[in-house]
Amino acid sequence: MNKRYILKMSALAVLAFSTIGLSHAQKSIVVSSTTSTEQSGLFKHLLPAFEKKTGIQVKVVAVGTGQALDIGRRGDADVVFVHDKVAEEKFVSEGFAEKRIEVMYNDFVLVGPKADPAKTKGKDIQAALQKISTSKSTFISRGDKSGTHAAELRYWKAAGIQVSAAQPWYKETGSGMGPALNTASGMNGYILTDRATWLTFKNRGDLAILVEGDPKLFNQYGVMLVNPNKHPQVKKAEGQAFIDWIISNEGQQTIAGYKVEGQQSFFPNAKK
Amino acid sequence: MFSAISDAFTLLETFDANLIGIVLVSLQVSITALLIGCLLGMPLGAFIAIQNFPGRQGVVVILNSLMGVPTVIVGVVIYILLSRTGPMGDLNWLFTSKGMIMAQSVLTTPLIAALTRQIIEDGWRVHGETMSALRLPIAAKLKWLVWDCRFSLSIALLAGFARAISEVGAVMIVGGNIDGVTRTMTTAIALETSKGDLPLALALGLVLLGAVLIANLMTSVIKSFAERRYG
Repeated sequence: MNKRYILKMSALAVLAFSTIGLSHAQKSIVVSSTTSTEQSGLFKHLLPAFEKKTGIQVKVVAVGTGQALDIGRRGDADVVFVHDKVAEEKFVSEGFAEKRIEVMYNDFVLVGPKADPAKTKGKDIQAALQKISTSKSTFISRGDKSGTHAAELRYWKAAGIQVSAAQPWYKETGSGMGPALNTASGMNGYILTDRATWLTFKNRGDLAILVEGDPKLFNQYGVMLVNPNKHPQVKKAEGQAFIDWIISNEGQQTIAGYKVEGQQSFFPNAKK
Repeated sequence: MFSAISDAFTLLETFDANLIGIVLVSLQVSITALLIGCLLGMPLGAFIAIQNFPGRQGVVVILNSLMGVPTVIVGVVIYILLSRTGPMGDLNWLFTSKGMIMAQSVLTTPLIAALTRQIIEDGWRVHGETMSALRLPIAAKLKWLVWDCRFSLSIALLAGFARAISEVGAVMIVGGNIDGVTRTMTTAIALETSKGDLPLALALGLVLLGAVLIANLMTSVIKSFAERRYG
């Protein structure tokens, strides 16, 4: 192997690896959060304000609540920002976070075909689910251990109905809110969704909101700093700065100021 | 469908800075993964092609099978390796383009190696006896064979690029689809699809197709130019 050949190869190698080094040395944190906060556009509205104030870049990994918590458990995120109180409290009791702080809420809605074959329309989620079950109308479930999936299972349980994939009308998609909504739109079925994702969802087809306003449909979001004692790599100061800002007056007002189609999507309720 | 095509043109016309960023991340990651894949895969493939060693047939079968490894599997494996609690966690490569390059290199290397192996082996069948008679050292043999097959090898290059730029499974898991940092064309398409904005998703798909088309066109032009010049 002659010298020129080796030279050429090493030049290629340098070229290949030089593009890797293009990342900048800005301060940044990783926030694992849910698809609802990302896809509704809330983060796009929220983060530039925070970044401008502190110079900390926030990298959002948007997945289901279950997966978002798992990312936190492995220490791959600095902050977890999700909506499943039961799972979050478990996260704290396992020691992966020192405390859970409530930030804001929105609500779930039941959407389904405009013709509403199961006659679910109203304000009562339990009654609506019972009607879907007795009429065996197609229902699309997230089936992905997300916050919305956990809430849906709680509502079925409260309605006294045992759901399983063995029932042909109950379909577990094992996917995020958007893909599940696409499925519901394609099959013209019923589905539980958070309002923010629904407002920004464009492929609605024949679906419309049928049940809303039931106090049980309340959907609380909480934020947690991943415990630095458990994962020493966690960027404690920057992560805490994000949490402090989001529950500050300024952060809370920024959340309240975010509107989709003229409607407020999230309602700040941090306790101070 | 037609609205998607006009959407794609509007996207390009307005030269949306966000879109340009996404395209650049995609190209940076996939081209780097392609170069790494070539650096590792081509010598490996060429070596297997002309060298006889015990278990060679088995290696060839494994290499050929690796061409079809599901991208999500690679994504999960690289995720576990790069996770802060994983064996390579100290690198801090998770949710960065470095991690995505690593994952895509795992995809391109065996593909390029397998294709190179086949192409060089065919070349060896033609020139093998001459070279053996000349008693050339192995490095010289490899060099001549690669040079002789350079035009056929361009297909390995294109296949590697196509495998990298079009996959979504690995970059989604390892990159995390972070806006402005690790969002690529394919993860953006997945995101727009899940937002129900199918026309925008399709428009992005057309942009991706355009990028692949340009890459192929360039390769084809270079190839025909070189063939005429150096034939």
